[in-house]
Amino acid sequence: MHKKTLGELAAGLRSKEFSSVELTQHFLDRIKQHQDLNAFITVSADSALQQAQAACQLLAAGNAGPLAGIPIAQKDIFCTLGTKTSCGSKMLDNFIAPYDATVVEHFNRAGAVMLGKLNMDEFAMGSSNENSFYGPVRNPWATDCVPGGSSGGSAAAVAARLAPAVTGTDTGGSIRQPAALCGVTGLKPTYGRVSRYGMIAYASSLDQGGPMARSAADAALLLQTMAGFDPKDSTSVDQAVPDYSAGLNDSLQGLKIGLPKQFFSTELDSQMAATIQAAIAEYQKLGAEVKEVDMPNLNLAIPAYYVIASAECSSNLSRYDGVRFGYRCQNPEDLTDLYTRSRGEAFGAEVKRRILMGTYALSAGYYDAYYLKAQQVRRLISEDFKRALSEVDVLMGPVTPSTAFKIGEKTSDPIQMYLEDIYTIAINLAGLPAMSIPAGFIDGKPVGLHVIGNYFSEAKLLNVGHRYQQVTDWHLQIPKGFE
Amino acid sequence: MSLTANDVKKIAHLARLGIAEQDVEHYAKDLSGVLELMTRMDQLNTDGVTPMAHPLDQIQRLREDAVTEIDQRDHFQTIAPQTEAGLYLVPKVID
Repeated sequence: MHKKTLGELAAGLRSKEFSSVELTQHFLDRIKQHQDLNAFITVSADSALQQAQAACQLLAAGNAGPLAGIPIAQKDIFCTLGTKTSCGSKMLDNFIAPYDATVVEHFNRAGAVMLGKLNMDEFAMGSSNENSFYGPVRNPWATDCVPGGSSGGSAAAVAARLAPAVTGTDTGGSIRQPAALCGVTGLKPTYGRVSRYGMIAYASSLDQGGPMARSAADAALLLQTMAGFDPKDSTSVDQAVPDYSAGLNDSLQGLKIGLPKQFFSTELDSQMAATIQAAIAEYQKLGAEVKEVDMPNLNLAIPAYYVIASAECSSNLSRYDGVRFGYRCQNPEDLTDLYTRSRGEAFGAEVKRRILMGTYALSAGYYDAYYLKAQQVRRLISEDFKRALSEVDVLMGPVTPSTAFKIGEKTSDPIQMYLEDIYTIAINLAGLPAMSIPAGFIDGKPVGLHVIGNYFSEAKLLNVGHRYQQVTDWHLQIPKGFE
Repeated sequence: MSLTANDVKKIAHLARLGIAEQDVEHYAKDLSGVLELMTRMDQLNTDGVTPMAHPLDQIQRLREDAVTEIDQRDHFQTIAPQTEAGLYLVPKVID
């Protein structure tokens, strides 16, 4: 059952080959069997089986949607009424959200079953899942390696077939980078496409939720459920949601692919470059045309991102004060001590670094030099993309500089870790949609192909991913021990 | 551009963020490195470039001034560290 696509699972439920309860139990058993991956923070077995029971009735009534009765899992950044929402932090280890995120509400309405909450870097800050209060997640392809981050639990769970499909969030690459390192399909939608209501904020002008699944076709079904205007999110975009599955099989004849010169510089590892070039050659066989594009300001994406993300993080995380919810220190002497110690004891090192950096960048006298400057650089980067995407339909390149690295390898140097997102970060600054699809292996570890599109071109990206997955089988590979 | 241990303590105070004394030097070193990375932006002339706050340059939506939420104080306070008579409790602020 764990090898079936979402479409096959939906058909199996309808033909009564298996019930939603059996399907749910099957995945719950797999989660338990592979718990050393540490992909889940919370497994909600009881409520999942209740949801499965309810889905059985929904299916029997005959008017259920495509996700009814299908088990999924949520990144632990999405608030879930009655189930712990930790965001990977000690600060929220005791936090039972008093409401559902809009995304969660959408899945509930669709009759999907939530298996549990997935491990992640604390407050989505990290590229290896090593910043989680609940410990690192292991990459199913090489269990001594990281799965990427921050949606590391999400990517590992899909790769290990512990859930057919899951959610993730992407502020600087947190869906695409782990998807690449774990060999799964991950899509970061256009900023504003998926509601951020109840999705715990890190950097609000960059954060965006999206689907992670085994294939583009499965991701399309998930995005269909997640996307849409939400009046509760002030940056949600009021634009109709197209049918993401309708155009999956469209021909790619004449598709114009742009290859940003800056993505293929001499610094790119030669094996990585060869793997990406091979994937692009596959697209040429499908009828696509390739041309080089120049994006001169891309090299400033990392500095601009770390100013903007840190500044917004320091502001967003000021809400954790030990007063209304979350962690509170023991025996505070006074109010300042209560704030300072609660925050000092409950935040991890990377979160603290970013709060300090952001507080500094926003402090009197430094605002223009850092935040304003970064927002100007952001504009220029975004214009690079606009120019390139006026000449071509999609951009392609690597998602990561290398394949999954060893647990502990990059923890001592934060800047080394930041460079892990060198190819993904600019897309968040521009607010564009982008996807990682499995495109091969280097020494047994997966490689992701980066596909970037224009605003609201998610359907095109999924089409581009799907056609490739019709002629390749990288996305069907299962790591050893998880068959 | 680098930050001293004293700078770190000052910023930590602004952020009401407890940093253990033995970690201060370490943060000063890490943050100085990040700051150096950030100053790479100075290579680029951005005179006259409009800052970008929202990727789609959307403006804040307004809504009608009408009640949309019901009072859920009791529900919300079930997860509070300390409450009494519907109030959140903190250490005494005024003597």
